[in-house]
Amino acid sequence: MKYVDEFRDPVRAGVLLKEIEALTAQIMAGRDRPVVIMEVCGGHTHSIFRYGIEKMLPPEIEFAHGPGCPVCVLPMGRVDDCVELAMKPEVIFTTFGDAMRVPGSRLSLLGAKAEGADVRMVYSPLDALALARANPDREVVFFGLGFETTMPSTALTILQAQAEGIGNFSLFCNHITIIPTIKAILDSPDMGIDGFLGPGHVSMVIGTDPYDFIARDYHRPLVVAGFEPLDVLHSVWMVLRQMAEGRAEIENQYARIVPRYGNEASLAAVTEVFELREFFEWRGLGSIDHSGVQIREAYAAWDAERKFAVASPSIPDPKACQCGEVLKGAIKPWQCKLFGRSCTPETPMGALMVSSEGACAAYYQYGGIDAVPEPAQ
Amino acid sequence: MCLGIPGQIVEITDAGRKLGVANVSGVRRPVNLACVIGEGSVEDLIGTWVLIHVGFAMSKIDEDQAAETLRILTELGEAQQELAAMRDGDRALGDAQW
Amino acid sequence: MNAVTPTGNGRLRAERVTLAHGGGGKAMRDLIEDVFTSVFEPDGLEDQARLSHEMLAVEGARLAFTTDSFVVQPLEFPGGDIGKIAVCGTVNDLTVGGAQPLWLSAAFIIEEGTEVALLRRVAAAMRRAADQAGVRIVTGDTKVVERGAADTLFVTTSGVGVIPAGRELAAEKVRAGDVALVNGVLGDHGAAILAARGDMVFEADIRSDCRPLNHLMEAVIEAAPGVRCARDATRGGLASALNEISQASAIGIEIDEARLPMRAEVKGVCELLGLDPLYLANEGALVLFVPEEQAEAALAAMRSTEAGRDAAIIGRAAEMRSPRVVMHSLFGGSRIVDMLVGEQLPRIC
Ligand code: SF4
Repeated sequence: MKYVDEFRDPVRAGVLLKEIEALTAQIMAGRDRPVVIMEVCGGHTHSIFRYGIEKMLPPEIEFAHGPGCPVCVLPMGRVDDCVELAMKPEVIFTTFGDAMRVPGSRLSLLGAKAEGADVRMVYSPLDALALARANPDREVVFFGLGFETTMPSTALTILQAQAEGIGNFSLFCNHITIIPTIKAILDSPDMGIDGFLGPGHVSMVIGTDPYDFIARDYHRPLVVAGFEPLDVLHSVWMVLRQMAEGRAEIENQYARIVPRYGNEASLAAVTEVFELREFFEWRGLGSIDHSGVQIREAYAAWDAERKFAVASPSIPDPKACQCGEVLKGAIKPWQCKLFGRSCTPETPMGALMVSSEGACAAYYQYGGIDAVPEPAQ
Repeated sequence: MCLGIPGQIVEITDAGRKLGVANVSGVRRPVNLACVIGEGSVEDLIGTWVLIHVGFAMSKIDEDQAAETLRILTELGEAQQELAAMRDGDRALGDAQW
Repeated sequence: MNAVTPTGNGRLRAERVTLAHGGGGKAMRDLIEDVFTSVFEPDGLEDQARLSHEMLAVEGARLAFTTDSFVVQPLEFPGGDIGKIAVCGTVNDLTVGGAQPLWLSAAFIIEEGTEVALLRRVAAAMRRAADQAGVRIVTGDTKVVERGAADTLFVTTSGVGVIPAGRELAAEKVRAGDVALVNGVLGDHGAAILAARGDMVFEADIRSDCRPLNHLMEAVIEAAPGVRCARDATRGGLASALNEISQASAIGIEIDEARLPMRAEVKGVCELLGLDPLYLANEGALVLFVPEEQAEAALAAMRSTEAGRDAAIIGRAAEMRSPRVVMHSLFGGSRIVDMLVGEQLPRIC
């Protein structure tokens, strides 16, 4: 596949690994703790585990798996809202597959489906809109989930619904924004992160300038990274090179996709339809100011929250659950007391165990670095 | 987060609604083109490589930038080989002196 | 193999099945005889199969007996339908246990309102698949249920086969160093069904790999008599089949991503929807383990059969501290390939 296979090339990976080793040796000469790089985005977490990247790197380099998995940070109250909406007899509740298994306080969407709710997995909000067109006597609700990457798609779908006058479609908006969350992590006292891999697909929408404060105010390097394994290695190398040279800058490894100023049409659609919420609650991280968006008054007709008067109860995470610490990179998944005991992919307690982009599920499933057994010979 | 995959626009199905079809490794999927039209006309997009996310073409792929990234890595490899060759040369020289 | 698939006796006139066809009277007899038995066994069929046991007269030979239910949706898809799967699935179940499949039963739960033409197509596909595998459908049953009580059509097949004397395939027999082979490209069935369902709205020229594997298996056993075990990689895909073997034999398995045969289109579907092809279902793929010195012979034997043209060596069994399935990625790293938790869901946002 063009633009994919080249970036999975093991020969170039070997070259990068040599460079990374040399840089690591240079950096480690002056320090006694490992280099911690946070990949903000769950897509990177997935690539790191799928390709076994962490194990290819020198042991002094550690990944902290960040909050960039929208499914993982979805609070329980919001899942309960989804279930409530889905249970309404007139509603066809449409969602990305990712969200089906996230536990609510009583049910997941999969559980709601088993109890009779009409829950359908779709690939695109456009497919949900098509369902609304095809079922004029039903109310089609689309579960809008995701960061800036996904916002343009739902915004454009609402604009399309408006243009066609489709009244039986609405969006249950749970979009969140990544910047305030990175800032919250940088401000937390137990923060031990040396550099960041920036979210590539968020950046193709918002551009690279919004990250400037990370270099300017917090003196941490951030490299906007692609998702193929070579992209990840290349970006790690770029972060290390900055550290070795004493720089802290925003660099763009993913220039084939990410323009500096983002995508104009996307941003215009997002601004037209959405506005910032005062705050949004994240699982594990608590409430973060201006970290979510809602649908503007002008598009209230397509807002499921207004249309169905959604309750949005605030439900605290289970007490012993340490998702927050894991999200901030303060502890590793297996250091959570519930990991692998009461919290497993079959019976997830925290959301990080639900999606394969969640750090806990990834460690559990793919066995992390230490759990991958060496062949004996 | 945000699964995206490169694909090539192969057909415009509804210019008014900015809809087309993208080909991803032999798989054809309808996509919305609103984010990648820019100044030109929709038809100009045929043959263009784009990044696809949830049924939307989100960004045109910059061929030169892709080549540039690969070039940097190739050069890095060549530099490594030269270094290794030099080291081998030094060693050979050393052997001769012994 | 029969050149022409027999058609029915033409006595059933109805276009759709009604509850009357389940009532035990003439309507039911017409349905059974016209649509099913005259296709399966034109020479007539007793309600109860009476099977000659000469195959069993060989000392040490054993009977194998298996059953499976089929509820695939859509009922017809590129490369097959529920009938073909129902025959191939049970034939392949017997096959991977080392048995030579001989006789099948077929039971149909039919929702009222189902088109008779659909049933005829399904029955014809079953007969063709049975001919291809060299088995006979010797007994069966139909039930008609009220609308909503079933999703158009469910099929259950049971199968009887004979395991020749001295043949003993078992996962426990896998030893470190044994070589793992698959007979063909992976994931075609799962991807074809996803495309045919239409929920994810994409088009791809992918056909289900649904096919009987008994001839292939016999060829392999003849060429590589040391075959340790085989598993059909159906639900849960190759990953689940390998995990089952690893658990049963308490031995690790290493596979090489670069060696896994897979169509570009199947890769495309997986990249687009965020699926892992290792977990996609197959209906005509098996994985087997052979001692290293017989691997090439087994591979050549597979490739000499229609169902094994794309056969490949994909990995080996290896001593590991904790036995698991590990995949070496194309990229150079490695990761654990675990059992699937529940159904695989697209990972998109
Ligand atoms: S193990 Fe479970 S509870 Fe603990 S951090 Fe991970 S997901 Fe949260």
